Amino acid sequence: MPLSNRHLLGLYGIPREDIQLILDTSSTFREVLERPIKKVPTLTGKTIVNLFFENSTRTRISFELAQKRLSADTVNFSTSMSSTKKGETFKDTVKNIEAMKIDMIVVRHQSAGVPHFLTKISNANIINAGDGRHEHPTQALLDMYSIREKFKSFEGLRLCIVGDIAHSRVALSNIHGLITMGAKVSVCGPPTMIPRGIESLGVKVLHSIDKAIQENDVLNVLRIQLERKAGTNIPSVREYHNYFGITAERIEKNNPNIVILHPGPINRGVELSSEVADGPYQIILNQVTNGVAVRMAVLYLLGTL
Amino acid sequence: MNIKAKIIDEAGLQRTLTRLAHEILERNRGSENIVLIGMRTRGEFIARRIYEKIKEIDQSEIQLGILDVTLYRDDFRTRLKQPEVSVTDITFDINEKDVILIDDVLYTGRTVRAALDALMDLGRPNTIQLCVLVDRGHRELPIKPDFVGKNIPTSINEEIKVKMNEIDKEDSIYLVETEEK
Repeated sequence: MPLSNRHLLGLYGIPREDIQLILDTSSTFREVLERPIKKVPTLTGKTIVNLFFENSTRTRISFELAQKRLSADTVNFSTSMSSTKKGETFKDTVKNIEAMKIDMIVVRHQSAGVPHFLTKISNANIINAGDGRHEHPTQALLDMYSIREKFKSFEGLRLCIVGDIAHSRVALSNIHGLITMGAKVSVCGPPTMIPRGIESLGVKVLHSIDKAIQENDVLNVLRIQLERKAGTNIPSVREYHNYFGITAERIEKNNPNIVILHPGPINRGVELSSEVADGPYQIILNQVTNGVAVRMAVLYLLGTL
Repeated sequence: MNIKAKIIDEAGLQRTLTRLAHEILERNRGSENIVLIGMRTRGEFIARRIYEKIKEIDQSEIQLGILDVTLYRDDFRTRLKQPEVSVTDITFDINEKDVILIDDVLYTGRTVRAALDALMDLGRPNTIQLCVLVDRGHRELPIKPDFVGKNIPTSINEEIKVKMNEIDKEDSIYLVETEEK
């Protein structure tokens, strides 16, 4: 049974069966990553373009490795070296790249909706690798895969997303995906970082980190995105850490069994203390490994449709 | 799809598997260096049965793995249906081993070609020997089985259905006619 859509733009409105299929398929590729030769010939002859209009280390490397391990041919594009700098429009850039016969585009852009726009001007399969504050579906899928590894099922699982919810595409994709799969989702952060009306998505709002640790099985802790002007929503990074930073002490006091996720990069001493970032509660590097497997699954499922 | 003949029944299947187990042991002079690898889906169950038989005959412990070759197939571009992938489960080292690759029906040989590529990515076995329950002919690649349960010459619009108790609730092999090709 294939996926119901030939693009992956976000997790909003994606049926449960599709998420299930992606997560199940990811296990196959997780096994491939443990082999001495971590490569399969499945996407031989497919050409994939990585269009990154915004900086990224983890996601870009993760996508690139996933593509190489499926034997696809890849081309990387980043704005710093592109002709958009010379005044070419986004649409012309994409049209020109597509004229070179490509099969898939992985896109990251600072504006929400760019991947959707791409589906209208291109025949390639489009994968959203993060668009503005909107969605980052593969990050949410790898978070969910890592959670499922630990807990087996999402049904009734209590999960809280902590941090700057308003500026976070990771938060939105996680909320949509986890609710579809039956988890109980809440968000926690200072009121300036929680969008008004977010309850309408079916999430609970908390403002106390102690309570969030007590009441949940998993915390997905977001980075305080100083480059996205998150700094104006909090008086200081230090104050944020005092009220919302997760420390070993807080975990031991409230719920030592909690599992901590973080999409990276970590601001040590802000959202997580170093003790927690390296401690026994977190599965952060596991997430990174799983990220390659999940992206291989998405590329496989869309690329062989 | 209508059944033309029941070629092997439960007792017959037992006898065939017992013979295959003996042949594998004879050719390899015992079970010392062999590992069994079954190909999903039905090859897995056949491999498990042969594994039990070899354990019984040789009184020794051997290793059994399951191989999924979906990622190595050559028909992604021509198929209408996306094949479902599942996990390869080979937890041991196949380097320098005599690998017995087990499948239910040998037909065009394309699945075996995919399996050979998959195995080569896992290591460098001493030998790979192919064991199939049924060889129905019509090879499209130069591949020959080492151990054959039964040779059943078929026409192109016939098909061999292997039923295994583990998923089909019966042990038997049928020759069926497909509507069209």
